[in-house]
Amino acid sequence: MKNKTTRAAILTLSCLLTSMAALTGCGASGGGSNGEVIVYNWGEYIDPETIEMFEKETGIKVVYDEFETNETMFPKVESGAASYDVVCPSDYMISKMIAADMLAELNFDNMPNAKANIGAQYYEQSRGFDPDNKYSVPYCWGTVGILYNQTMVEEPITNWAQLWDEKYADNILMQDSVRDAFMVAEKLNGFSMNTVDPDELAVARDSLIEQKPLVQAYVIDQVRDKMIGGEAAIGVIYSGEAIYTQRENPDLVYVIPEEGTNIWIDSWVILKDAPNKENAEKFIDFMCRGDIAVKNFEYITYSTPNDAARELIEDEDIRNSEIAFPDLSQYDNLEVFVYLGEEGDALYNEMWKEVKSN
Amino acid sequence: MRNAARKVYIALIFIFLYAPIVTLMVLSFNASKTRAKWGGFTLKWYSSLFQNRDIMEALVNTLLIAVISSLAATVIGTIACVAMSGMKRRTRSVLLGVTNIPMLNADIVTGISLMLLFISFGFRFGFGTILLSHITFNIPYVILSVMPRMKQLNPSTYEAALDLGASHMTAFFKVIFPDLLPGILSGFLMAFTMSLDDFIITHFTKGAGVDTLSTKIYTEVKKGIKPEMYALSTIIFVTVLLLLILVNTAPGGKNDNKDNKEQ
Repeated sequence: MKNKTTRAAILTLSCLLTSMAALTGCGASGGGSNGEVIVYNWGEYIDPETIEMFEKETGIKVVYDEFETNETMFPKVESGAASYDVVCPSDYMISKMIAADMLAELNFDNMPNAKANIGAQYYEQSRGFDPDNKYSVPYCWGTVGILYNQTMVEEPITNWAQLWDEKYADNILMQDSVRDAFMVAEKLNGFSMNTVDPDELAVARDSLIEQKPLVQAYVIDQVRDKMIGGEAAIGVIYSGEAIYTQRENPDLVYVIPEEGTNIWIDSWVILKDAPNKENAEKFIDFMCRGDIAVKNFEYITYSTPNDAARELIEDEDIRNSEIAFPDLSQYDNLEVFVYLGEEGDALYNEMWKEVKSN
Repeated sequence: MRNAARKVYIALIFIFLYAPIVTLMVLSFNASKTRAKWGGFTLKWYSSLFQNRDIMEALVNTLLIAVISSLAATVIGTIACVAMSGMKRRTRSVLLGVTNIPMLNADIVTGISLMLLFISFGFRFGFGTILLSHITFNIPYVILSVMPRMKQLNPSTYEAALDLGASHMTAFFKVIFPDLLPGILSGFLMAFTMSLDDFIITHFTKGAGVDTLSTKIYTEVKKGIKPEMYALSTIIFVTVLLLLILVNTAPGGKNDNKDNKEQ
């Protein structure tokens, strides 16, 4: 009886002690002399050094927060639980936020780097979700394509149709997300990836159901490890991951399929009710500086739309890499995702459920 | 034959319980970033862990919130138990039922409703709101472990103390409190653990720039979880393991068996 008490007491004490020990190491940094800026970005989506450099150069303190999907970011921003200044959502989410009147128009005169360094073709692609280029500055971008293992296929993979080839049964990895999966089937059938036509969607759905027996697994980020480990021959993957996986396994090849594919862009936006708009513009502009953007590119390894930064990449192979920087003018069938409205989303989700439960 | 089956069964249970942890520990020494390849033995994730300001900050936050919230919840919960024990049977069981609801409730409901509450009162989201919500969901666990001990108390001892001239306070601290202590301590430990591994409620009530370990790990999902996290988890696991071994062997370990029999 008594022993049990002492035992519990020791446990309690040690809990307290270890916590205290850990706490002595913490020193808080004070607020900046020029106010603050509150940034909400994807996890692991910036080189922490660049934040420190920004704080040092401008005297603005950065309060930095991270999210893991567009869908978890949206309600937090919308509810106003925490007031953010700068957010970095993806294309279709930006069009949703524009529709919900949540974004502030940007003043590009205050952001000379954003005007000069970001390539014109990326602003052009952004028009898909931000028609007048008023609200967003591209930060990272990429394509969705096929990664395949040369040693495990009989001929080079060049198009989506090969993901329906029975030769590769049980060797195919598909993305486990509605839009990405439907994008593949829609491009296969020659539709737009933003279609909300129920007939077209039904065709795409039937294609996915037809493909299902051949698919080894619907995956999200496991696709990296599975492809590196040679557990599957063909996988649908983001171009940003392709460079990393190739470094780990040189047998892997990345292609943009002939039928066309999705080009995605994550862009900086400023919220309409941002408490620190001026600092927010300074932050975005700083991130567009060539030397800063190249640091971030090396940290994230996702393609940068920043032409000045691309010039600064030391590794020639990467600077001229077809994967990281495909020449967009070569393709006329690339599309960005657009927000489909609540009904559109519901339709896709319904169809996706039918695919998954079939 | 039966013996062998028993051993196999136990082994299976242990494999299911510990294989994931062992995998994680092994990967924390893997020089390659991917789980698919063994890049050789390394300790570099451990050294970069301690240089990573973000992870260290999240660790400090996690521990700080766990300690403060479980202490506060223990005090509040214990007082609540004392008060409830003086109530009529019916009121008490109604109140107990009410305090049990948050435990049975899904975390996501608690999380969202706390978030809405904080918004409607104009709180600034941050460390404070996480702390408040952790205290809130910890209280029922304390009550749950203190209340049974409260019921076992012999009310006459308290009255005897009063008869012998002790004040209410003295009587409480000299007579009732020592008897409650085991319940209070286990309530504290339970609250501490609950706070330590909560994700959902923290996710909804946290503000910009504040992260606990669980929310920090979750944000890394898009780009893949960093091996530093494996290293940190390994350290935490080993610490807890050592602590348990220490507690179970060191103070009067010989008496342990006897004690258990007596109970």
